[in-house]
Amino acid sequence: MLDLTPREYSKRSALTVNPAKTCQPVGAMYAALGIHKCLPHSHGSQGCCAYHRKFLTRNFRDPVMASTSSFTEGASVFGGGTNLKTAIKNVFSIYNPDIIAIHTTCLSETIGDDIPAFVATAQVPEGKLVIHANTPSYQGSHVTGFSNMVKAMVKYLAANSKTPNEKINILPGFVNPGDMREIKRIMKAFGQEYIMLPDTSGVLDAPMTGKYEMYPKGGTTVDEIIDSGNSMATVALGSFASSEAAYELEKKCKVPGKVLKTPIGIKATDDLLMAISKLTGKPIPAELEEERGQVVDIMVDCHYHYHGKKVAIFGDPDLVIALTEFTLSLGMIPKYVLTGTPGDAFEREVKFMLEEAGIDGKVKALGDLFALHQWIKQEPVDLIMGTTYGKYIARAEDIPFARIGFPILDRSVHSYLPIVGYKGAMRIIEMISNTLLDRQDRDAADEDLELIL
Amino acid sequence: MKSKIDKVIEQYPASVFKNRKEHVLLRNADKPEPQTITANTRTIPGIITNRGCCYAGCKGVVLGPLRDALIITHGPIGCGYYTWGTRRNKGKTKGDEQNYLNYCFSTDLQEGDIVFGGEKKLRKAITEAVEIFQPKTVMICSTCPVGLIGDDINAVANWASKEYGIKVLAFSCEGYKGVSQSGGHHIANNGLIKHIIGTGDKVVGKYSLNILGEYNIGGDGWELERILKKIGYEIVSMMTGDGTVEDLKSAHKADLNVIQCHRSINYIGEMLNTKYGTDWIKVNFIGVKSTIKSLRDIAKYFDDADLTARTEAVIAEELSDISEKMDQYKRLCQGKTAALFVGGSRAHHYQHLLRDLGIETILAGYEFAHRDDYEGREVLPTIKEDGDSKNIESIEVKPDPEHYKITLSKERYEKLKDEISLNYYAGMMKDMANGSIVIDDLNHYETEELLKILKPDLFCSGIKDKYISHKAGIFSKQLHSYDYSGPYAGFRGAVNFARDITMGLTTPSWKFVTPPWKTEPMIEGSYVGR
Repeated sequence: MLDLTPREYSKRSALTVNPAKTCQPVGAMYAALGIHKCLPHSHGSQGCCAYHRKFLTRNFRDPVMASTSSFTEGASVFGGGTNLKTAIKNVFSIYNPDIIAIHTTCLSETIGDDIPAFVATAQVPEGKLVIHANTPSYQGSHVTGFSNMVKAMVKYLAANSKTPNEKINILPGFVNPGDMREIKRIMKAFGQEYIMLPDTSGVLDAPMTGKYEMYPKGGTTVDEIIDSGNSMATVALGSFASSEAAYELEKKCKVPGKVLKTPIGIKATDDLLMAISKLTGKPIPAELEEERGQVVDIMVDCHYHYHGKKVAIFGDPDLVIALTEFTLSLGMIPKYVLTGTPGDAFEREVKFMLEEAGIDGKVKALGDLFALHQWIKQEPVDLIMGTTYGKYIARAEDIPFARIGFPILDRSVHSYLPIVGYKGAMRIIEMISNTLLDRQDRDAADEDLELIL
Repeated sequence: MKSKIDKVIEQYPASVFKNRKEHVLLRNADKPEPQTITANTRTIPGIITNRGCCYAGCKGVVLGPLRDALIITHGPIGCGYYTWGTRRNKGKTKGDEQNYLNYCFSTDLQEGDIVFGGEKKLRKAITEAVEIFQPKTVMICSTCPVGLIGDDINAVANWASKEYGIKVLAFSCEGYKGVSQSGGHHIANNGLIKHIIGTGDKVVGKYSLNILGEYNIGGDGWELERILKKIGYEIVSMMTGDGTVEDLKSAHKADLNVIQCHRSINYIGEMLNTKYGTDWIKVNFIGVKSTIKSLRDIAKYFDDADLTARTEAVIAEELSDISEKMDQYKRLCQGKTAALFVGGSRAHHYQHLLRDLGIETILAGYEFAHRDDYEGREVLPTIKEDGDSKNIESIEVKPDPEHYKITLSKERYEKLKDEISLNYYAGMMKDMANGSIVIDDLNHYETEELLKILKPDLFCSGIKDKYISHKAGIFSKQLHSYDYSGPYAGFRGAVNFARDITMGLTTPSWKFVTPPWKTEPMIEGSYVGR
């Protein structure tokens, strides 16, 4: 497995090998699915749309709908205006969504298609909406695409009508439907009304009823997005995925925004709870405090399963930053921390955390898994945490592996179960502990196989 | 039935209706004129299609499975990422050979590269790849923006080839070319014929074959290899599942080419025929009866008593291994109906395997096929070239003075032509029952509506519509990735497929779709005042 990867670290400036990120449109498509009765539309050649639908479907094991402008050579040369106008007409008359959320591809970006100009001359039925985000694949990553689409929702729709709604906007970031449900549960425990944007729960974890619904019950409604301009505050979770939209809400609608970490682990969840409490004047709900106590109890009880163990963490920046903080709080040693998404802020933030903990670790933004593998070859770790693609390295180096992040293509149920909040913290500890213990059992000699651990 | 289909497509806006009605037909073999269907034309913008792009066909399907080629996707990161390990082309490293199947290489173009050109980065990337991996073959596959900014990947390939003394091939397979992934298959085929096949000099033994259009998904190719080797054939190359550039170089030495997936690779079959005189036959190793027929057809080509006897002995032996199990599964599947929407030959091939199990196919269609895949190769001269197909390079090959050889005498050729599919493919349609539906480029809306109308027991398709079918209460089986099972080809594969289909149809989970409180009376009465 990956036999051709040399131990000696190779400096590269042009060749990416085994990437730890993908392109903007897939993130934009995911975000758009979080609007109720929205059909995401990919403006470019049809392969992009097929790839993105495939990836999201594989990750969530649920239908992912999106249309495409189906460029051929002609559109690539003469511009995609005709294709987009035809597409808008067909989408509304055949699939009848409330809103179309267009994202561009590297093809339509390179030829410089002016989406708003095309939309302005398209036939959009009364009461229906079209929004768009520019998502060139040659900038940023799928996280950037997610962020751009959420920002576009605010830019096009949010409005301050001077009628405060006493709600809090929650921008959950690029997390699973299960995570969004968990954050909503937390808000409910506070008794606080909120608008979650986007919200893929109920869309990408829709129940089986024997009847296919093209637009399942879930998703943020257009009215809610409009109303987000009247909220008392915005809590943006994960700066990479959510801060742009929060700034836009502040700029456009004067809704003050607060950017927090993705609430993974004790501290980040504490921060979220305190922020909600301070913003609303409502006390921390007893049931959440109880859960927190359970997590701490588990942490103390189980610490010897993982304390001092070296871990390599990779994936999307918001998730990796929070996960690094959490593993540090568990007494683990995040030896290598890597994201494929570019961002100096990522390196600064993680390096600071490691330095504070006195850990000599390697940190990289815009990195790839080939680099991570070479680091591991030089000095191994006890555990790898990251997306499905880590399985090659895990096997090559025979290292226990816990799947976390996007995408996870080879396991199921993960998108239903939260990793955020205290409940999520419990699950992550379970994942870490049991992965390491399974390994200990596997490696134990017969006489060392213990019934009690 | 005709009126039901009409009802579905009549819902379309006029222009879409006009287009789509040409892509749908109700099978009627009794008509004096052969039925025709429109295929390989542009997808209508806005229609939710399952189709992919040219790059997907070139790198994703045809080139990707080659173990020893280091393939660099030249473009932004996405395209390379999505073709990394996602097609289940199993491949086993042999000896000290290089195996790149678990690697993904990309130039990850950034905005500056798009503005100022990406050639410099591509050169550097190749240099880095050569320094780290020392590959024998590098392939460059370009993506949409590369074609637009005009990077000359051929010039870079020539430079790298001279600079490093290795094979470096360029494939201009930008996603927007053609109307589906089919264009990419053609481009990949051209490159392999131009630069790889014919450059090797491996000594090849008796009864040698190339297996074309077999991608070893779930290990299908290995099952074919097992059976064919057991009979006594030598497999010179597999195109391209578990294949290597090294083997492909000597593909022109084989006696016969057998074509499994017609659409993705018929070009190579045909070019090998013109250039080296090698005949090809269309085979189908999906299904027990069809595997037996394919084995007998190959044996007939060689016309050797020993080989024929070996073939029959192997068939008998394999059958005795699987018959009991197949009968057992057939008892559970018999009488069910299926709808198939998959790939370039699979929607045809799997009808045979389903038939083995007593399952009738009531709808079948292809994603990126051409008319000949439906109607047979006799329609090739009548297919009019349109602008989109003209954009795909079509190369002319001439007989190779050194290696051209004719295996069959003219008389024998003429005789055999009537018995087996020699340099000919009859297409899917002739195999389908009257009243069944043939539909090209089936899209989401039609899928949803037709599932409602036809209510098949089984919907075989790909990942994008699998869960639509499940939500509607119909079991769906992926025939691109096999739901991560397989192999499904050959004798043992047929049993695997039968097992998986039976499992899906009979899983007790279906019984829970409707909660009991929806069907049982929920008001419990009690007497008051006792």
